[in-house]
Amino acid sequence: MIEGAPWRRWVFFYVPVTAFVVSLLFPFYWMVITTIRPDSELYRPWSAPNYAPFWTTHPTLEHVHDLLSETLFSTWMWNTMLISLAATAISLFCGLLAGYALSRLKFPFAGSIGTAIFITYLVPQTLLFIPLADIIRNFRLGDSPWALILTYPTFLIPFCTWLLMGYFKSIPKELEECARIDGAPRWKAMVYIIFPVAIPGILSAGIFAFTLSWNEFIYALVFLSSPEQKTVPVGVTSELVRGDVFFWGELMAGALLGSIPVAFVYSFFVEYYVSGITGSVKG
Amino acid sequence: MARVAMRSLNKKYDEVHAVIDVNLNIHDQEFVVLVGPSGCGKTTTLRMVAGLESITSGQVSIDEKVVNELPPMDRDIAMVFQNYALYPHMSVYDNMAFGLKMRKFDKPEIDKRVKVAADILGIQELLKRKPRQLSGGQRQRVALGRAIVRHPQVFLFDEPLSNLDAKLRVQMRVELKKLHERLGTTAIYVTHDQVEAMTLGDRVVVMRDGRVQQVGDPMELYNQPANRFVAGFIGSPAMNFAQVRIAAENGSLWAESEGLRIKVPAPITPRLGRYAGMEATLGVRPEDLRIAGAGDAKDLGFDVAIEVIERLGSEILLDVAVGSATMVASVEPTVTARVHERLRLAINPDRVHFFDNKTEAAI
Repeated sequence: MIEGAPWRRWVFFYVPVTAFVVSLLFPFYWMVITTIRPDSELYRPWSAPNYAPFWTTHPTLEHVHDLLSETLFSTWMWNTMLISLAATAISLFCGLLAGYALSRLKFPFAGSIGTAIFITYLVPQTLLFIPLADIIRNFRLGDSPWALILTYPTFLIPFCTWLLMGYFKSIPKELEECARIDGAPRWKAMVYIIFPVAIPGILSAGIFAFTLSWNEFIYALVFLSSPEQKTVPVGVTSELVRGDVFFWGELMAGALLGSIPVAFVYSFFVEYYVSGITGSVKG
Repeated sequence: MARVAMRSLNKKYDEVHAVIDVNLNIHDQEFVVLVGPSGCGKTTTLRMVAGLESITSGQVSIDEKVVNELPPMDRDIAMVFQNYALYPHMSVYDNMAFGLKMRKFDKPEIDKRVKVAADILGIQELLKRKPRQLSGGQRQRVALGRAIVRHPQVFLFDEPLSNLDAKLRVQMRVELKKLHERLGTTAIYVTHDQVEAMTLGDRVVVMRDGRVQQVGDPMELYNQPANRFVAGFIGSPAMNFAQVRIAAENGSLWAESEGLRIKVPAPITPRLGRYAGMEATLGVRPEDLRIAGAGDAKDLGFDVAIEVIERLGSEILLDVAVGSATMVASVEPTVTARVHERLRLAINPDRVHFFDNKTEAAI
């Protein structure tokens, strides 16, 4: 806490925090206000006498209704949910086993394999999508959810592996040794002792993986083409911007509804999430 | 009934030879303590017995059965760790029951055993709690409980008391001793605390730099240390050492150094004879020094100057200067002495030790 005169607290704490919070929340506010603003207000020129961009006097759900009835938004939501959950599950499963092995088992080149996995995470997606597109085409997976379910793990597994590896390292190895002396073979010690203790880390990895897949844009844009296969980020931007016409109300409604699951997941697990990123385990 | 035997046990890491040719026979129901400074290989030795560390060469057998290749779970041992290693997500009851569940005991049997162990350790009220709700001493008890419910052949203790505060440590030490007397299970105990080693061990194994220095019951180590290291390690305050020259005069031997000239007691003379004219190390414990009285032989005393006085209540420690060296003498609490005072100390002739300067072995 900042100590000393009250003005110090204002200058070094309240003012910066307020500025930070306002600049973070303003885009969300803008999203909400645009969603509920009627078209007549949305497309009013800025020079009009009653121009008021920061509030509305006639809130309406018309855009939300249009989005749900006139577009395939609910299909996109469903696609995104399915793809994100599947990709997260695959990545968590692989990440758990790989993270455990790299942090706990002694085998040659464990360190360099760990580094190699990390390096794959550093290759930008904007480069990787070109060869991946070739692979997707060869396996005839294009324009299906599998194109994404199988490609998202290429960046999610390294991420999960590294996060979990770090978390497993913070768990005292005596816990596992004790379990093994107690009569548990290694895999049982892993499942009954290490994984339950690592739940904050596992949840963090899961939440992060879920968010990354939910928001992913490039692969979804490249690998999916028909409207009924699209995910929310791609669907909203490609179907609600036609030529140079921006359906701002529907766009923002889509962004708003599309961010609800992620916000929900974060708020639900926030405590686990924080302790997973920062915390360690005491025996 | 379990004996544990180690034959030429070795552990090599890439650079370090952590355990070198350890040979040890531990009898059934014996409480053996491995003691030594940190890095002496005592914990590594214990972990090899537990199966947590692979064995580079040599053999470990439990009850005549070689266990080198057996996984920890099949060795029928229980281990208590320094940080207790309680499973944080399980209640005390589940912590204690885990080993039995893994071994597929039926529920009533598990329940019975956990209750009995909890009774022995006085933790009946804690069974529903989680480890994080327990104090250090309680965690220690739970860790012990988890070890005893399984009725293993051998208990392994890896510095189990070192995370406790001093008072609790003494209390738990007594309880451990009682527990061992009650259960009679063979136990191997690792510690760096020589007091713990002396009070708990039926036999004590002193280790240094991966090698066993001496094995013996506590009083044997105290009275007849095999070398200078053991002599200095066992006993508190530590034994005094002084560099002396052995001189032969009129058929008897004298140990001389600056400010010190004492006659070598007759029983030691034959062994020390070949050191005549050479240097050796004289060792004498603080409690074997006393303030010389009229009855003390002249040739067993020497003059000192008091540098520091430490009053401990039950005794007084005098840090004294002998020539350019310093020694500690433990004297009666009734002694009145002042700093810088000069006085004469006498050595108990039956309890003088000499060590070879090169090999450090006792002469």
